[in-house]
Amino acid sequence: MAKMTLEDLRKLRETKKSDLERRSLEGKDIEIIIGMGTCGIAAGAKVSLEAFLSAIDAAGLKNVTVKQTGCMGLCYVEPTAEIRVPGMPDTIYGKVDADTAREIVETHLVKKKLVENHIFDRPAADVIRN
Amino acid sequence: MSVKNFILVCGGTACESSKANEIYDAIVKETKAQNVMDDVQVVKTGCFGFCEKGPIVKILPEDAFYVNVKAGDAREIIAETIVKGRVIPRLLYAEEGLPKAFEMEDIQFYQKQVRVVLRNCGFIDPEKIDEYIARDGYKALEKVLFEMTPDQVIQEMKDSGLRGRGGAGFPTWAKWNFSKQVQSDQKYIVCNADEGDPGAYMDRSTLEGDPHSVLEAMTIAGYAVGANTGIIYIRAEYPLAIQRLQIAMDQARDYGLLGENILGSDFSFDIEIRLGAGAFVCGEETALLCSIEGQRGMPTPKPPFPAIQGLWDKPTVINNVETWANVPVIILKGGKWFSSIGTERSSGTKVFALTGQINNSGLVEVPMGTTLREIVFDIGGGIRNGKAFKAVQTGGPSGWVITSEFLDIPIDFDSLTSIGSMMGSGGMIVMSETDCIVDVTKFYMDFCVEESCGKCAPCRIGTKKLYNILNRISKGQGVMEDIAKMEQIGEAMKKAALCGLGQTAANPVLSTLRYFRNEYLEHIAEGKCRAGKCKELVRYVINPDKCIGCTACARKCPVNCIAGERKVAHTINNNLCIKCGACFTGCKFGAITRL
Ligand SMILES: Cc1cc2nc3c(=O)[nH]c(=O)nc-3n(C[C@H](O)[C@H](O)[C@H](O)COP(=O)(O)O)c2cc1C
Ligand code: SF4
Ligand code: SF4
Repeated sequence: MAKMTLEDLRKLRETKKSDLERRSLEGKDIEIIIGMGTCGIAAGAKVSLEAFLSAIDAAGLKNVTVKQTGCMGLCYVEPTAEIRVPGMPDTIYGKVDADTAREIVETHLVKKKLVENHIFDRPAADVIRN
Repeated sequence: MSVKNFILVCGGTACESSKANEIYDAIVKETKAQNVMDDVQVVKTGCFGFCEKGPIVKILPEDAFYVNVKAGDAREIIAETIVKGRVIPRLLYAEEGLPKAFEMEDIQFYQKQVRVVLRNCGFIDPEKIDEYIARDGYKALEKVLFEMTPDQVIQEMKDSGLRGRGGAGFPTWAKWNFSKQVQSDQKYIVCNADEGDPGAYMDRSTLEGDPHSVLEAMTIAGYAVGANTGIIYIRAEYPLAIQRLQIAMDQARDYGLLGENILGSDFSFDIEIRLGAGAFVCGEETALLCSIEGQRGMPTPKPPFPAIQGLWDKPTVINNVETWANVPVIILKGGKWFSSIGTERSSGTKVFALTGQINNSGLVEVPMGTTLREIVFDIGGGIRNGKAFKAVQTGGPSGWVITSEFLDIPIDFDSLTSIGSMMGSGGMIVMSETDCIVDVTKFYMDFCVEESCGKCAPCRIGTKKLYNILNRISKGQGVMEDIAKMEQIGEAMKKAALCGLGQTAANPVLSTLRYFRNEYLEHIAEGKCRAGKCKELVRYVINPDKCIGCTACARKCPVNCIAGERKVAHTINNNLCIKCGACFTGCKFGAITRL
């Protein structure tokens, strides 16, 4: 990308914001967001990522995006993953090892039910959105 | 049919013991009784913290957060909240002194954490600049470059009341202002990402999760003080943070957010990374600057202060990672907004790395003024294995122990100073009755002996002397005079050492001598370590009246020093015993005593 001017930056921000809003309005895509800080990776986040990818394949799901993010602060239950499925509350799962990742795909993504014993809470409200 | 509501029942171990299972069963039963079982899924969760107020039940998507729930509440929860869609005010969490009547949208109030520094961590992909931009990233830079004068920027920082998060708590605006006032052809902006205290990883997580916030902040400071060069000094042990910073810098350059004529303005600024080799003393600002200059990382006397005469003798603003991460939000939301968080003289939030004997270890960010009790028991979920709280060590090897009598003081710069402690950088190590004070203090002193740069005698010799004494005490070879001697050495180091490392290295000794003197005396006079951590002082014996001869301990012992026939009392050969304690924890009949 060429260097931006002030207008370019503002335009880009608006486009990206409305992309986000559209996602929540149209609600087509499922997102899996995995905590990939040093703590997450040390706890096995890369293995969980692989497990998610192959379980998504196995279930034949085409509308799933898998992304990474930094540490959410829940170090005692790493690896963590946030699951956003349209029509369901955004959910944060902890202690997501490969088996749990597969269970999340089968239960949460396919059957639209939450997985027992792995749900945690985002530690604080979002200051940027509010 | 798809599920409409999810009822989350907290299933952490602490709540389990306070009847979470019973509540779970009662709720499931009610969903059947009231015929909503197809619309509702009842789920057990992990621990939400808040165990003091447990068990907790949370209902989604409404986000109703119920505390101290009893099995008897199940009927009402289903009838009111699920069937009629109404909250039950009596079960909502209420901050003391606040009315219980919340509107639905205020329910989030139960959260004790406020995330300003970590606002993007866990939300964005740190390797995608567009995601940062979509969350108002680089909007503060926009505002500064096109709508504000440098003086207005500094005024905003002054209004915010932001104080440095690297430990000393110096007002950030004042540093910037000093540098701005100096006439110079070259000025520098430095980010201190050395983070060397054991147990601290706040800065690493911030850089790994949200690198652009630091780049944006440094650029803003460059504009405010008139600097065109930024340097991030980061320890080489943080490869992921370095990699993400590098990606972020490339992307920012690509977009014209770093480099010549940023966003078409006439302001230019660029940033480079310098790797530190991980010496603790290099986190001290003057040593850090020496290290960037290619010299050995040793502190130099202040004044001159870096803000006036720093890197290559040029005015240099040096701030900590967390300090930087606050800056874009302050510019965007205003200094007044920021100063409304926290306490009057310590505004904003503080990130702590909560570790040690705590259930929910992790990064927490709380408004200044939050009490230690809230951090340890509400957010941290209390002490592991139900043990008793002993103390919290803040500020790592320069820190001070805070005991249970101070659990309710607000955590801010001034309150901590008033009890002789300090904020430190944010490491918070929680100790329980299973920790030995002498042993922990010895660990910190060992660290300081290793990390003292050796430039000045009080620190080089003082740390070693203190370590030797602690070591002797932990072996049961201490003498009464040692106590006074340690205090004398500690006080001398405070006064005479050149830099913060040496001036504070005795803090763990001095503070534990103040609050846990009895434990030192026990080690010296009685040769006793109550926590069983000082191996030379511990002895395990089997009580022949209680031992039933099950052989469990003999099989657990790694050096085979436990002898005895089946169904006959066993004995431990203390000449061979390595004091690992495996038998002690393994005996199911309470037959083994630790002396
Ligand atoms: C021994 C020693 C180690 C230090 N280590 C760090 C460190 O790792 N990170 C940091 O930001 N500040 C550290 N400091 C504090 C810095 O000297 C300096 O005060 C700080 O970088 C200033 O930034 P602030 O005003 O944003 O806090 C250390 C100080 C001492 C005496
Ligand atoms: S106090 Fe210690 S670390 Fe600091 S200059 Fe002296 S010897 Fe070096
Ligand atoms: S485990 Fe306890 S009861 Fe069993 S042999 Fe050892 S001391 Fe005796």
